[in-house]
Amino acid sequence: MFEGKKVIALGERDGVPGPVLAECLQAAGSEVVYQTTACFV
Amino acid sequence: MVPVLRAAVNTLVHVPDLVRYGSKPFREAAQPGSFLADLKARLRPFGEVAAYPPHQAFIGNLKPEALADIPSPWHGHPLPGASHQGPFGEILDQGTFYSLLEKADQFGLLMLDPGWSPPANGASAAARALMGAAGKRGAREEILKRIESGEALPLEDRGALIGCVRRDHEEDESLAARVLLENMAAKASGAHALRLLLEKAHLPAREVDYILSCSEEAIGDRYNRGGGNLAKAIGEMAGCPNAAGVDIKAFCAAPVYALVHAAALVQAGVVRNAVVVGGGSLAKLGMKSHRHIEKQMPVLEDVLGGVAFWVGPDDGASPRLNLELAGRHPSGRPSTPQGVLEALVCEPLARAGRKLRDIDKYAVELHNPEVTLPAGAGDVPLTNYRTLAALAAMRGEIAREEIPAFIRSHGMPGFAPTQGHIPAGVPYLGHALAAMRAGTMKSAMVVAKGSLFLGRMTQQADGASIVVES
Repeated sequence: MFEGKKVIALGERDGVPGPVLAECLQAAGSEVVYQTTACFV
Repeated sequence: MVPVLRAAVNTLVHVPDLVRYGSKPFREAAQPGSFLADLKARLRPFGEVAAYPPHQAFIGNLKPEALADIPSPWHGHPLPGASHQGPFGEILDQGTFYSLLEKADQFGLLMLDPGWSPPANGASAAARALMGAAGKRGAREEILKRIESGEALPLEDRGALIGCVRRDHEEDESLAARVLLENMAAKASGAHALRLLLEKAHLPAREVDYILSCSEEAIGDRYNRGGGNLAKAIGEMAGCPNAAGVDIKAFCAAPVYALVHAAALVQAGVVRNAVVVGGGSLAKLGMKSHRHIEKQMPVLEDVLGGVAFWVGPDDGASPRLNLELAGRHPSGRPSTPQGVLEALVCEPLARAGRKLRDIDKYAVELHNPEVTLPAGAGDVPLTNYRTLAALAAMRGEIAREEIPAFIRSHGMPGFAPTQGHIPAGVPYLGHALAAMRAGTMKSAMVVAKGSLFLGRMTQQADGASIVVES
């Protein structure tokens, strides 16, 4: 479902961090155009 | 020399008229719309702030676990007869705090109206010990001129203009008015926490050898942003003539790093009495206020937090800070929630042959969920306790069905204001000290995490932990 898609990955500190999301999405064949991790506190 | 935790203090400062200078409200107010008026309409009076159950837990009048029995929303269930003073903390009012800001100001940055004076009955003994003569007072015309020229920000008390705070350089953004106000707020609230610690613990100010500031603000100028030292400034203001000091910067993990460093300095015999102190974060006031306003709640982020801890040599009565169980997160480790907690909790315990349930209580980041949940930021302590319990289950230390019971018995509801470093586990130390002295608890682990990626120099997270045990 991610093959060939451009993806923006928004991670969360206490959930799944941005770099982890990006790695998974790249492995699934998508191009991660931006990734970041938010800290909401 | 075995380092022990001799005393712990938590403080709050109610500053409704400074919420507008929090980072988020300041940016929101610059946009077209009614944000500032909406914000002011949802600020709380001092009595409500003092009786707010999480605040009562913060200053020690209520056990954190008791919050679970108070119906939600907590802001709708104030504690009857609540005092602004507690066994290991107190809540200051805004007027008293403005007087402390005046005392903190050595450069004429603050100019208050000569007609303004703080409430006569608001100051505690610790606050009175810090107050001095009134600072630079200016005519109203001069205050208005400075504000209109853009060099100063207005200061209000209960909605009325009472003065201003000015920049100290036209081009240096490190010395802009709002930055200097943030720094002075951290200094004054930190000095108040330290002074209260001295009084509660009967520690003579001259016997403090070393101060580690874990306050969030980075003091400096254009050539060295963040290079300054708030610790000595706080020590000077609190009247500690023999104390040197240094700042510890590690985002929200700084208080625990500072405790580890303080304990190491005492254990090595470098100093006898070390104090860890954290002043409040003005930038984080009203951080989620736009969501609270949307949900027609009070704006709950209206207090500055403060913490102070005395680490000294073994007195035969106080709990030990066990450096053998200090946890750290090396740079080669994953920055996932699981990776961080494995490094901070599981590994130090495993080194000592202990299990997760051998620690009575875990004090993780104790953010008040009533502040974060309406903003979609989750229940931070509960999330961390779930991860910890899951780790215990994965390691075969508890059965999977024991996870809810592990969370209940080893965790607690969050009760700290969302002030970054302040909720970092350490507000529980006052409760832990009381329980260990009463013989009802043997050990507590303080676990703090830091979001290093926010500074854009690394994608990593960070953290630190330490065990206090009787």
